[in-house]
Amino acid sequence: MNLEFSADEIAFRDEVRAFIKENYPQNAEIRGADDLTREQFLAWHKILAKKGWVAPAWPVEYGGTGWTATQRYIWSEENAAVDAIMPLPFGVAMVAPVIYTFGSQAQKDRYLPKILSGEEWWCQGYSEPGAGSDLASVKTTAVRDGDHYVINGQKTWTTLAQHADWGFFLCRTDPEADKPQKGISFILIDMKTPGIEVRPIITIDGGHEVNETWLTDVRVPVENRVGEENMGWTYAKFLLAHERSGIAGVARSKRGVERLRSLASTELLDGEPLIEDRDFARKISQLEIDLTALEFTELRTLAGEAQGKGPGPESSILKIKGTEIQQRLTELTLEAAGNYGHPYFRGFPEDGSNARPIGPDYAPASAPLYFNMRKTSIYGGSNEIQRNIISKMILGL
Amino acid sequence: MDFNFTEEQSMIRDSLARLIREKYDFDTRRAALSSELGRDAAMWAQFAELGLLMAPFSEEDGGLGGNAIDAMVVMEEFGKGLVTEPFIPSVVCGGGFLRSAGTASQKEHHLGGIMSGEQIFAFAYAEPRGRYNLADLETSAKSDGSGYVLNGHKAVVIGAPWATHFIVTARTSGGQRDAGGVSVFIVEKDAKGVSTRDYPTVDGRRASEVYFENVSVPAEHLIGEADNGLPLVEQIADEAVAALCAEACGVMGVAHKMTVEYSRQRKQFGTPIGKFQVLQHRMVDMFMEHEQSVSMTYMATLKLGESEIERKKAASAAKVKIGQAGRFVGQEAIQIHGGMGMTEELAVGHYFKRLTMIDAELGNVDHHMKRYTALSAGDVSVAAE
Repeated sequence: MNLEFSADEIAFRDEVRAFIKENYPQNAEIRGADDLTREQFLAWHKILAKKGWVAPAWPVEYGGTGWTATQRYIWSEENAAVDAIMPLPFGVAMVAPVIYTFGSQAQKDRYLPKILSGEEWWCQGYSEPGAGSDLASVKTTAVRDGDHYVINGQKTWTTLAQHADWGFFLCRTDPEADKPQKGISFILIDMKTPGIEVRPIITIDGGHEVNETWLTDVRVPVENRVGEENMGWTYAKFLLAHERSGIAGVARSKRGVERLRSLASTELLDGEPLIEDRDFARKISQLEIDLTALEFTELRTLAGEAQGKGPGPESSILKIKGTEIQQRLTELTLEAAGNYGHPYFRGFPEDGSNARPIGPDYAPASAPLYFNMRKTSIYGGSNEIQRNIISKMILGL
Repeated sequence: MDFNFTEEQSMIRDSLARLIREKYDFDTRRAALSSELGRDAAMWAQFAELGLLMAPFSEEDGGLGGNAIDAMVVMEEFGKGLVTEPFIPSVVCGGGFLRSAGTASQKEHHLGGIMSGEQIFAFAYAEPRGRYNLADLETSAKSDGSGYVLNGHKAVVIGAPWATHFIVTARTSGGQRDAGGVSVFIVEKDAKGVSTRDYPTVDGRRASEVYFENVSVPAEHLIGEADNGLPLVEQIADEAVAALCAEACGVMGVAHKMTVEYSRQRKQFGTPIGKFQVLQHRMVDMFMEHEQSVSMTYMATLKLGESEIERKKAASAAKVKIGQAGRFVGQEAIQIHGGMGMTEELAVGHYFKRLTMIDAELGNVDHHMKRYTALSAGDVSVAAE
């Protein structure tokens, strides 16, 4: 056991660091995620595409980098250090593994290159108004009509569907199946197909990140189904395990703690830096200690993956603890802002006004970010669902 | 980066686990603990025979060439079996002081004895009014020309009733809590002027109050630099914290496993209670606390050799996490066992007691949280506490 990077790994880190320094687009600083334009979201993605570094986790034959788990860890650390806006997960981390694992050759050839290039933006059609944590109860139907499915139903929480070119959808193809998990198919849909309507949902932070997606008599070629008919639940579960493994967000949270420390040393309490206040300092320490525990738990998981253990139910720990920490970070940032957590300046300065926000730079975003991050313990299989998974798969209860 | 155990470490784990399973079952342990001696001394001899007591020492010191990872492996197994033998006081602390700062002659006189099990060391650092501050010392050692004269009272010295030697921290100069002026001595238990009052601890171990009254200590029994012993004391205390964390992981793992098993057997309202989601989620939380404790223990152990500030932060972070996790896992284990968890007869209560007392040893959550916070702010002097 040791924590040292090998000479090769140090060389790799230096290479990556230098590449990011030279190529990361300036002015691509993160604000609220939904404040970004499509071009801003894709700026780094397109540079990485030229370099061949969009999808480190993919098998090399499809465009992966062939990096070890440690190299991928270094990669995310280095990107987090500059708050890089990484390629979105919906294409690269979610649908692509399903396509290259279960899809046909034609599907691999058709979709994977455009996911890598950033040319096609993907969204996820899983949740429905009646199917949140109980995902298997999807009601959207896909009825066979010759070479097509005719799809009807309503999806919700479709993240960034306003920009999407394609979506992957869970649809019921056998309403008579004896269990809700049976009779579901995994279907790829061109978002420009007639009958699709995307309507914004405004969330409590005031942002437009998620949408309702209505499907009315949407005709989709049968060849757009991935894998076998009625076997979609298997693919959906596979995808969820993949989604969980990157969800810990350790590198980004470490950067977040640094930022919190630095802003808490500019805020004052009784004339002294807030960071020197015993109560507040203790909260930061607790957060950082919990983050260290998460980091080393993730490193242990990565080491296991490097030895061929796939992302298993242990990744549920990373999801639960990772999201709790992300939430606590925004909570403490809002606390640090004090009175200046109140003013609301959403949209500045894209709305073209000359009004300057009030208070410290970070403060206007602190409450909306805190509100927004409540989603993390709900999405990707709520944290209660993750506990059910551990209870069943690991504890055997 | 590598999280694998060496073949030797896996062998240590397996043979120790087998030995504990075969020779240190719950009833045997209970009988040994309630005997007059309070332990089964034959176990220690068997540990020595297995080479456990040599494991963390370098080959040039006569050991097996292992390191703190080996001690971690041993202590995790100790935790699983609630073994009360003095591996931390004697091997990690006594051996640690000698390994890090012992003179050739000190090593020659003691390291062999520690590794063979013939000498047992106890670490006398705590004082009645010093709490967890390693520098808060009223015990004094005054130079008398040829050596030192030691006076003072050391509190709750774990394993002292079984010890042949003490490592004693004492003030050779400076004010009561100054970082400077701390010195470390080897004192033979049968030296003139040393007396003890022995007692059992709530978690089944034995400890003593140790009194020094005009004890003459030869100059060659000083370990490390006179007046500048605190950095050494802190280093060894951090090594002991890492080993203690490993023990806690073993204890927590078993407490959790017992609880899950019990919830499968125990029926209420016609159903095994493990089917109730409210209990399932709590047992999942116990599982997560245990896993994170293991992660923190690896982290702290692997960082023992890093810079002073990194080492201290790592040890304190781990001790905070383990203190919190241990409290949670222990309390939930009792709660889910219900009334049965309250009985002396069931093992789970003993695991709970050990977890509780691990937090109170070598600095509790509050102590290490304060130390971590001070270190984060870059105040190394506060961190010296």
